[in-house]
Amino acid sequence: MANPLNRPSRKNPIVKTRLPTLPPTTRGRFALGLTAAATEGRFELQVCADCGAVQYPPREACNQCLSVELKWTPQSGAGELIATTVLHHSNDLFYRDRMPWRIGMVRLDAANDKGPSVVAHLHGDVGEAPSRVRLTARLDRSGQAVIYALPEKETPNMADDPQYRETTCDPKFRKVLVTDGKTALGQAVVKALAAAGADLIWVGQAEPWKMSPGLDKLREFPQVAIVPLDVTDADSVNKLAAEIGGKVDIVVNTAELHRSGGIGDRDNTDTARREMDVNYFGLLRLGQSFGGAMKFRAADGQSSAVAWVNLLSIYALSNFAPHGTYSASKAAALSLSQCLRTELGAAGVRVINVFPGPIDDEWNQLLPPPKLGASVVASAIVKALKDGVEDVYPGDVAQEWLTKYRENPKVLELELRGGGM
Amino acid sequence: MKRKDYSGIAVAVPVTIPYVRYSTHEAHWWLARVLRELIQGAGIKKSDIDGLCVSSFSLVPDTAVGLMQHLGMSPRWLDHIPMGGASGVVAMRRAARAVQAGDASIVACIAGDTNHVASFRLMLGGFSAFARDATFPYGAGGPNGSFAMITDAYMRRYNVKREDFAKLCVAQRDNALKFPHALFKKPLTIEEYMNARPIADPLHLFDCVMPCAGAEGYLVMSAEKAAELGLKSARILSTIERHNAMPDDPMQLTGGWVLDRDEFYGMAGVTTKDIDFIQTYDDYPVIALMQMEDLGFCAKGEGSAFVQSNSFTLDGTLPANTSGGQLSVGQAGAAGGYIGMVETIRQLTGQALGNPVPDAEIGLVSGFGMINYDRGICTGAAILAKGD
Repeated sequence: MANPLNRPSRKNPIVKTRLPTLPPTTRGRFALGLTAAATEGRFELQVCADCGAVQYPPREACNQCLSVELKWTPQSGAGELIATTVLHHSNDLFYRDRMPWRIGMVRLDAANDKGPSVVAHLHGDVGEAPSRVRLTARLDRSGQAVIYALPEKETPNMADDPQYRETTCDPKFRKVLVTDGKTALGQAVVKALAAAGADLIWVGQAEPWKMSPGLDKLREFPQVAIVPLDVTDADSVNKLAAEIGGKVDIVVNTAELHRSGGIGDRDNTDTARREMDVNYFGLLRLGQSFGGAMKFRAADGQSSAVAWVNLLSIYALSNFAPHGTYSASKAAALSLSQCLRTELGAAGVRVINVFPGPIDDEWNQLLPPPKLGASVVASAIVKALKDGVEDVYPGDVAQEWLTKYRENPKVLELELRGGGM
Repeated sequence: MKRKDYSGIAVAVPVTIPYVRYSTHEAHWWLARVLRELIQGAGIKKSDIDGLCVSSFSLVPDTAVGLMQHLGMSPRWLDHIPMGGASGVVAMRRAARAVQAGDASIVACIAGDTNHVASFRLMLGGFSAFARDATFPYGAGGPNGSFAMITDAYMRRYNVKREDFAKLCVAQRDNALKFPHALFKKPLTIEEYMNARPIADPLHLFDCVMPCAGAEGYLVMSAEKAAELGLKSARILSTIERHNAMPDDPMQLTGGWVLDRDEFYGMAGVTTKDIDFIQTYDDYPVIALMQMEDLGFCAKGEGSAFVQSNSFTLDGTLPANTSGGQLSVGQAGAAGGYIGMVETIRQLTGQALGNPVPDAEIGLVSGFGMINYDRGICTGAAILAKGD
């Protein structure tokens, strides 16, 4: 079993901060299917549509029948570890900083006994060969998928294994900024992070003169600090960044403004502007103020800067006219988050986008169920951090939209236009 | 259909351009030097070379084609052989057939690579599509990581010990001490081998070849032509190659040689007992051991006992890698696939560089190349005999 993590001691200010490096990033285009599935937490390999042979490494044609119809297909990952090595030398700076590093060869189970052999990183609880393991695809700090072999069954403190933790964004012993603690969702996120072992949670509070009983309750948590933060005010964002920016390991941007209505529901742009100011420009301001320091600290030891979570909406994928201006602001935020992903990804900081269906709050009063409880979304966010994935679509509505969007975005748009959803 | 033999073919003018750890030159420089020495050694004109086989990793962006213009050559037959450690054997096969068919009369087989300080590191990530996607992102250990896993599996499966590899490495170092071009000039002891720092368990420092710059080459022509030029030459008794053999084996514990072994010795009309010395491809000692087993010098799984019952030194039983091999001379990229072939030709033509195998009549040279993903893809072997 992995040794449980210890709470890191205070950072020594005279020791140079280790600069971020990335593990090898380059992949062939045909290998990116592995990463695409891993961004959502799935382990998929190519399977031949004609003969059923499972393929690895990724390729363009079946190694059994030469068919080019290879489909990315979820795998159980069950297999046998048949060889291992501990690397004491690496040609890559990322691994050089993290030696020794253990890898192994796993023969995937297959009905015809022709399962492919897979080079995999090994979780520390995987024993010597031969032994049974399960493979999973994880995003490494480069944002590309790598395959990890895990022990067949859960072991104590699994997430604390240092080699495994290099693929997660686990909040345990990390310092987190939740940008808005006045909403039920923000408060649920704070509680979930506290339960997950976050070391310190700064909780943003805009317009502090407004009463907020739920926020006051958070003050009872020893690891919570309520801080003034108004994402529509650059000075406010900069001031907070100047105070805590060099310590934030995870940003969870829960700040959002949500009003129902489309174009014809109002005769001015005030509400739409305010939505954009929070949902789009707020993200932009936060990125400008907090992004740089997080990049600098992306390899800063056991509790490095590691992730940035955006609360988007499934309406970011396709406009939902009854909440038309809100949808547009979330689509803008989605696009900007991809920019942030590229910029922070260059240092190994993961940007996680959360696309919930309608949340059960006052702004979705008129929408029919199912609607998501705040704690469900909060759990999904913490799980995404622990799993180190990139995109999460919590709830049945979001899953249905996503499926339809992937099948044919135009059909989804037409359905929405006709009020069919 | 029975394969045509290689009678009437001569292999001559073995050339080694002494290796250096690092070179500031490009591969073209090394290949030019070896070609020039081949021409001078044969006493012929540049234009007499009408066929070439070229192997080089660091020649990029050029191939054999670009090299021809670079060197002002106008061959009527040209082959680029990107098969790494199998290149030396494969080039000879190709060249011999070209000469037999009359497509070329004198073929220069050359291999060489430069080695800048960053060369090896830069090559690894882009070595192959599979390496880029499925091995390099796993700790970037390069071939050390892959061969470490093969060695781990091999040791457990066949009960081979580090002491067995130690014996091979120490014997080769012993041979290298008599070879003037070896980069390693100090004796190696079993104790030093065993106590070396770990690189990728179970591999330690002396299990790993040292990348360097260098070049190797030889000429292939008809026996008549060799006689006409007054060249000392060797004959080809048999030669085989095989690629991606046994792809369903979970780990590479057996190489492609086993598939063609019977026909190999059948064509040569000899058995392993007739072999006076062997040159195995020795990027890692486990591969050298695998070749001894798979080429029939001992049964599979008996490598450990076989190693302990032979000396592999020049004056002992079954001299192996008589120049010291890559483990003691250095690995000059694709020239590593030629080092055994060129040394074999030297031994069989009385041109050994201070390290002759006494009364050597027949030598076996084996090639192994290209760890495309998890295993070496190309295997080849040749049996050569002293010329008439």
